[in-house]
Amino acid sequence: MNEPVVSTHDGTVVYRPPLGWAVNDSWVLIKRSLKHITRNLDQLLSVLIQPIMFMLLFRYVFGGAIDTGETSYVNFLTAGVLVQQAAFGASTTAIGLAVDLQRGIVDRFRSLPMFSPALLIGHIVADLTRNTISAIIMFVVAFAVGFRPNANIVEWALVFGLLLLFTLAISWMSAILGLLVKSLEAAQWFAFLLILPLTFLSSAYVPTDSMPKALRVFAENQPITHAIEAMRAWMVGTPVDNHGWISLIWFIGIIAVSMPIATWLFRHQTPRSA
Amino acid sequence: MVSENAIVIKDLRKSFKDVVVLEGIDFVVRRGTVFALLGPNGAGKTTTVRILSTLLPPDSGQITVNGYDVVREGDKVRASIGLSGQFAAVDEYLTGFENLEMMGQLYRLNLAQSRSRSQELLEQFELVDAAARPVKTYSGGMRRRLDLAASLVAKPPILFLDEPTTGLDPRSRLVMWNIIKELVAGGTTILLTTQYLDEADQLADRIVVIDVGKVIAEGSSDELKQQVGGERLELTVAQAADFERACQVIDGEMLHTDPESRTISLVSKQGMKQFKQILDRLDDADIEVEDLSLRRPTLDDVFLALTGHGAVKEADEEGKAVGVDAR
Repeated sequence: MNEPVVSTHDGTVVYRPPLGWAVNDSWVLIKRSLKHITRNLDQLLSVLIQPIMFMLLFRYVFGGAIDTGETSYVNFLTAGVLVQQAAFGASTTAIGLAVDLQRGIVDRFRSLPMFSPALLIGHIVADLTRNTISAIIMFVVAFAVGFRPNANIVEWALVFGLLLLFTLAISWMSAILGLLVKSLEAAQWFAFLLILPLTFLSSAYVPTDSMPKALRVFAENQPITHAIEAMRAWMVGTPVDNHGWISLIWFIGIIAVSMPIATWLFRHQTPRSA
Repeated sequence: MVSENAIVIKDLRKSFKDVVVLEGIDFVVRRGTVFALLGPNGAGKTTTVRILSTLLPPDSGQITVNGYDVVREGDKVRASIGLSGQFAAVDEYLTGFENLEMMGQLYRLNLAQSRSRSQELLEQFELVDAAARPVKTYSGGMRRRLDLAASLVAKPPILFLDEPTTGLDPRSRLVMWNIIKELVAGGTTILLTTQYLDEADQLADRIVVIDVGKVIAEGSSDELKQQVGGERLELTVAQAADFERACQVIDGEMLHTDPESRTISLVSKQGMKQFKQILDRLDDADIEVEDLSLRRPTLDDVFLALTGHGAVKEADEEGKAVGVDAR
């Protein structure tokens, strides 16, 4: 698959170790996906506006009605918005891949002498970049509306590290989704229908002990809650317990399973059976 | 070692689940020629191209492209080919130049090479003015030209064009034909699929006609036409009421009638003499003829003779393709 190939241009023979080509091709397609962030208006709006909107909505509309005990609501809320926005951001891979499949771009790339998973890597690195930008914007707004963290530099590094790991896990899962669905609209709906309930059925916006028992059991044990609890603990000093470790295991596990599945699907799926 | 044949297909078979799409296809494409795969929708043209370009594995058969086996030497096949599919597979948000530059880098040219090659192609395809604009502002014809340019970045010796002009307006189609002719003059081997008979007639050195997964005829355009005989007489009856009667009066072999347009066409066996007789008989029967022409057989006639059904509902297909393009 990745043996060095003869470039046909001018008959030049280019040898490079397989890893070198994989890095080269990934970089070319990362550049492509990064250009989409600024040129696709939908993506730009969701990166810039959505974190601001959610932050302000929950802080001022719902915040007054939700009791978070000793922690102020804005301090409680920030980790929730952060993780939910990252989950939405990471679903862009599903949408991007569905579009590429529909337009025949995947076929084109698969007919080139390239390292084909580079296309997946391009989309996923774009998710990581987009989520980093969104997170920074969200933090600026959070500070403006009263967020007062007490994290030290190590804790900040942990927050961003977990955020990126979480994004990576959701992105690989959305790559599978993008490769399986038949259309852009389906990708959008599936992503919405999975992420919206999963992120709300967590401790993102309300303490889980206010939920009915069945929901509470689910909410307290699902990985998104662990990620939120860990980040909240590092930022504002709530009890950290085992949330960090459990998150780590969950997301590494998700990546370990979904990465090979997505890559296999990408190599073997026939997008259009014409 | 450079093989004399660019593409060799022996007994290619492919099914999707229970549906047999290709039932044992054989053909050989010589280097530096244009080879047309002609057939209606669903005949298996696109499947064949997808197998040749390593996008789909064959179920069985021996297939080599540029001397490389498509199953075992996929990477070498991919380094030898360019593919331009039915839909313009270019990135909407990148500019024309960026699209080509990206393709160059993926074909393993260095940055300088891929930039100068992109510039060259933009000039050749008359896209220089639009080079810095995102592709989403391009017209359908411009996108197809850019798509073809993208498949040529690495100057591949073999090019696959899957329905290169489907959905294009007549002017864009002519532009595309000229580009294809130039490429072949430059030594590229081209395999194209088409449902337009005039396209195969215009461009191809050799034509394979496929229908429901089988090769039903092969030859040059002239050879195929010879299979269905000489010149044709085509006449239009003035009054619809006379049509049935006219058909009975003429009564010959390989008579093709179309009540809707009131036309009758038949193959000439004895030349002008036969035509005169027919006209006399119609005159005796008091049937008025509105239009009369004598023409060489087209590939449409070939298709009709070979498959028993007409060629393609072109208007339909075109509508569909335009719909997809406009998305």
